[in-house]
Order: sequence, then structure tokens, then C-alpha cells
Amino acid sequence: MTTIAKFEVKYVQYLDEHGQLTTDDVPAIAKDFTALKKLYRDMALIRQMDSKAYALQRTGKMGTYAAATGQEAIGVGFGAAMNPEDVLVPYYRGQAAMVQHGVRMEEILLYWGGDERGSDFQNETARQDFPIAVPIATQSLHATGVAKAMQIRGEKRCVFTEIGEGGTSQGDFYEALNVAGIWSLGVVFVINNNQWAISVPSEIQTACETYAQKAIAAGIDSVQVDGNDIIAVFDESQKAAEKAREGGGSTVIECISLRLCDHTTADDASRYRPDGELDEGWKKEPLIRLRKYLEANGQWSEAEESALQEEVVATVQQSVDTYLNTPTDKPEAMFDYLYDELPERTLAQRELAIARGAK
Amino acid sequence: MAAITLIEAVNMAMAHEMEADNEVVVFGEDVGLNGGVFRATDGLQQRFGEERVIDTPLAEAMIAGIAIGMAAQGMKPVAEIQFMGFIFPAADHIISHCARMRNRTRGRLTLPLVIRAPYGGGIHAPENHSESTEAVFAHIPGLKVVIPSNPSRAYGLMLAAIRDPDPVIFLEPKRVYRIEKHEIEDNGEEYPLGVCFVDREGTDITLISWGAMLHETKQAAEKLAAEGISAEVIDVATVNPLDIDTILESVAKTGRACIVQEAPKAGAVGSDIAAEIAEKGVMHLLAPIGRVSGYDTMMPYYRLEKQYMPKVEHIVEEAKRLVEYR
Repeated sequence: MTTIAKFEVKYVQYLDEHGQLTTDDVPAIAKDFTALKKLYRDMALIRQMDSKAYALQRTGKMGTYAAATGQEAIGVGFGAAMNPEDVLVPYYRGQAAMVQHGVRMEEILLYWGGDERGSDFQNETARQDFPIAVPIATQSLHATGVAKAMQIRGEKRCVFTEIGEGGTSQGDFYEALNVAGIWSLGVVFVINNNQWAISVPSEIQTACETYAQKAIAAGIDSVQVDGNDIIAVFDESQKAAEKAREGGGSTVIECISLRLCDHTTADDASRYRPDGELDEGWKKEPLIRLRKYLEANGQWSEAEESALQEEVVATVQQSVDTYLNTPTDKPEAMFDYLYDELPERTLAQRELAIARGAK
Repeated sequence: MAAITLIEAVNMAMAHEMEADNEVVVFGEDVGLNGGVFRATDGLQQRFGEERVIDTPLAEAMIAGIAIGMAAQGMKPVAEIQFMGFIFPAADHIISHCARMRNRTRGRLTLPLVIRAPYGGGIHAPENHSESTEAVFAHIPGLKVVIPSNPSRAYGLMLAAIRDPDPVIFLEPKRVYRIEKHEIEDNGEEYPLGVCFVDREGTDITLISWGAMLHETKQAAEKLAAEGISAEVIDVATVNPLDIDTILESVAKTGRACIVQEAPKAGAVGSDIAAEIAEKGVMHLLAPIGRVSGYDTMMPYYRLEKQYMPKVEHIVEEAKRLVEYR
């Protein structure tokens, strides 16, 4: 018997839960304190946005919302590695990366607040980005299609797409990896492994030791990182993006984190989450460790922390106000974007909707 | 100018648009060197290269998903699903994304794509190769569902489908792929989508059909003429969005309507047409609305296929019943 193939999956962590570097061999970002402070701020912003969104839902001012509490380093980290001209194909818990790539917070609130205009992203960098994909894993395939268009046109851009670890059980995810491998497409598949697919833990989701290894059967590169270590997330994302833009093919980056919130506002995780998990999880979350690291390097003070909290609260509030002050669209909006030109038959229904009015 | 079949007309239209527009790309299973299992893409890869005529791995959801991604970037993908029976893995993409993208982004992202699939029975194919499930997609707002019935219409409607700014499901009645030839000039002239065609004028009854069944319907009209009954024949061509006005106009003239479809009767395109006639044209009717259709059964395996399919005599019989109705 001969072994004809052997594989391995690498795990990357630079910043441990205590805010200490685990190795001396660190990427440049680990010493770029200006950049790290910005990432810290952006994570704080998303945490505040999620917290505010929860409050909006609880007070009847917004529909169901999927927070990403505890997983901010993933979306902020890979979002920061994207170039403006790259394309983001997000999933429903993708607000951190979306905001990084130029989607406005009020647009995301508007989306969950039941208004299609929330996906009409106004900032130039997000104009080509996909809206949130609610059907699980379909976005993986759309990302490969976007990358194929870039490849045919010879563009040096790449595509980032995010998925939960539960989503990787879908056929669409495997089909996407397969074609990305065959055609050497420029996609970075980010798996947000927050260890829960609503109530289903990893042992019910897969027999694999890692989700990263799903890439092996598709012939594409993969790596597992500490998803609460933004240095690792950013650096691996940046490397994968550069490779993708240069025609070097796709990468799967599995980011291990923990969902420190319910699945959505409609969920109650206390029904299935083991005792103690949250307490342990809060010790490892991404913001505290980065703050400790900045403090240890003389880069962060109490005063800066209060100023930051004040700033993110005000920034989020501004978006919330914009969201709350957006009046409901006219009833005919249901018809106006169905087709380039509305069919005759539907035109009559549009008139009916107008006649019936806004009530 | 050559006389060509329906499948050759599909090929000619795709080639015409690929020549005219570099953003048009064709892909699917076996569409490259093999030219498609029915030869719809015959010679296209040799002519336009592997970058624009692409053999995909065997995964229908992927084919539709790739089409969405490419179209969102402004390209014009023409994707082939080898048989309509295999379109259902892709249905999530077609229904949950293709149809909805323009609406849910308020026009920011649009999907000018075409998904082609041979459909329908009558060629003694294996299981899952012969169904007529056009109603599944005709029901979905945001999609256009187009079914050519002959070579000229296949050429003109395919051109329009590729040029259309919205997603088009283009269903090809494979039973009539090679049943007749039309002289077609490759002049790039399209036929409009969303419009019915009056294929034969008449005064006593309107026969409404689409796809392969139009051939039986036309033969029935001939037979009825021999018996002194003047039948108008309408080719619906686009089953979503439906051009109900042309149908109502005809029914107002003839006072009788008979819908002919290969699909099962329940919840079908024919049901919708009948309901529209009942809703808006009942005052013109001299007889009940008639429907000749497949049975509400599975499409049988091929030994019983003939017994499932509506036939010329069934149409004649039903038309006569309606004309004689008092």
C-alpha cells in the first residue's frame, strides 16, 4: 500500500486571550498600532450597533436581527483586508464586513427593519456588493460567479464571501469550493465558526476535526485561525486576497469564535447552551484582548477608551436616527423594481395598490 | 439563407449575440467540445473559445449560482440546464435570487441572464426527462418564462431573451427540436417577449397553446376547418408575464376558448389563462372554457407516454363540444 496524498491544516494565532503575542514572528499589522486602533474602534462600533439593534427589536422598532456579538474580529478583520474594488457577498450575520466595505449602518438597520431600500447600498465601494443572503450557503456560489466574471475580464479584483459553520453543510458550499478550485477563481471563503447553528453544535454538523479541511477535497488552500484574534484574521485575509487578485486561486479561512448572543432576536440560547459557556467565552472575546495588547504597548488609555465609547455610541445613534426617520415606502414600490419594465397585467395591480392607498 | 430546425435556431441566435456582444457567455454541462447533448451549442466553443463557452462541473445549483454572480457584474450569461427535470437543484437560485435581485436591491443589481432547458415529453426519454413544469416558474414574479414553438420563434425569442435586462427562463420543447425547418435569415431581428402570437385567424373558437403542443393544436385547427369550424390559434410563447390582452381580444371575437397544454391540468398555466378569461371575458363567452391537457398524474415512463399526451383528436373533440354547446 502506498500513500498517494497527505494533507494538513494549519492553525494561526498571534494574539492570545490575555492580549499577549504567542510568537515573535508576527505580521506587520501586529506592530502597526494606528491600524490596530482603527480595527479596535471598528469592532467596538459593530458591538454597539448590534446592541442597539437588539434594543430596537425589543422595543418594537425593528424586526428580527442577527447580532454577531463576540465575532467582531472576523468581519472587521477580513473586511479591512478588502480593497474598495473587491466585491463582498455577505451572509445574514455579515454586518461587520459589510460596514467595513462601505455599507452604511442605517442601510443594514433598514433591511432588518423590513425595507428593501436597505440593500440599495449608496456608497460607491459597496455598489457591486451583494445584498444579505438569507437562504443558507447560496452566497458561496454567487461569489464564484462574480469571481468568474472578474477572471474573464482579466481584472485584478477578488471576492470575499462569509458563511456560518452550519452553512458549510449545504451542497452549495461544496459546489462553490469545487468550481472555485477547478477554475482557480479569486474567492476568499470566510467561515465564521461561532460553534452554533441556531441550537446545533459542531458535533452534529460535521465529523471533521476542522471546517477548513473541507477545502482539501476541492483542491484549494485553507487555514484555520483564531477568529477572536484580529491580527490573525486580518493577516490571513490579506494574504488570501492578494493571492486571489493575482490569479492564484481561492482560500478557505475558518475563523473560530463563539456566538456570545442568541442566534437572532427570535432565539433563546439558554434553552441549549451549556452552563458556563458564556462566562468562558467572554474571557476570550476579541475586543478585550486587543485592548490589553494596546495597553501593554502603551498605546491605549482609559481616556481614549471613554472617548471611543462616546464616539461609537454617537455614531450608531446617528444611523439609528436616520433609520427611524425613514418613512415607509409607497405601496407601488412593490411593483417598481420587479422588472425593467412592468408587464401590462401587473400594471393594473399597481394601479389597484395605489388606489387602495397606504393603509 | 438556410432552412434550419428549432435547435439550430437556438444555436444561431446564441452565436449571433456572442458575435455582437463580448459579454455574452455560454456555459453548462457538456456544452463545450460536445456541443450539448442535443447539440444546442454545437460549434460555439470552437468559434468563441473556452473562455466564453465553458464546460462546468456537474452541479445545477452551481450553474445557476454562477450565472447570478456573473450577471450581477454586468455580463450576460446563457446557462444550460441539460434537462428541465434537473433544474430543481437550481430552483433555489432561480426563485430565491434570480427573480428577486432587482427588487430587493431596488434596481441596484440586475440580472440579465438566460437559463435554457429542454423540456416536455414525447421522445421516449428516461425518468425525470419528460415533464412539463413551466408553471413552477410561471408562478414566480420577477422571472420571464419563454417557450418557443418553432424555429423562427426560437431564433427571435432567444435573441430577445439574451438582450433582456431581466432573468429569462427559456424552455425548449425538445419533442419539436427537429420536427420542422424554417428559412431563417441570421439578421439579429428579435421577437418581443411577453407577447402572444396569433398563428391562425378564425372566428368560431380560440385555441390557445404553447411549445410542442402548438403543433397538435394547428393540426386540430386544420381538421376543424375541414368540418367548417373556423379556429383561431394563439401561441402564448411567454407564459410569464402573460399577454392576456391578445387572448381576450381573440375570445371576444370568437366567443369560445380552448386551452391546450402538455402539463398536468391542476395549478397550471392553462388554469391561469382560463381564470383570466373567466374574470375579464365571461360576457363574450358562448360556451364554457375548455381545457385539453395532460392528466394530473406523474409523467409516465415511455411505454405509456403516448397515452398521457394530449392528441389532435382530443383537441378537435373538445373544440367541437364547445362550438356545439347550447
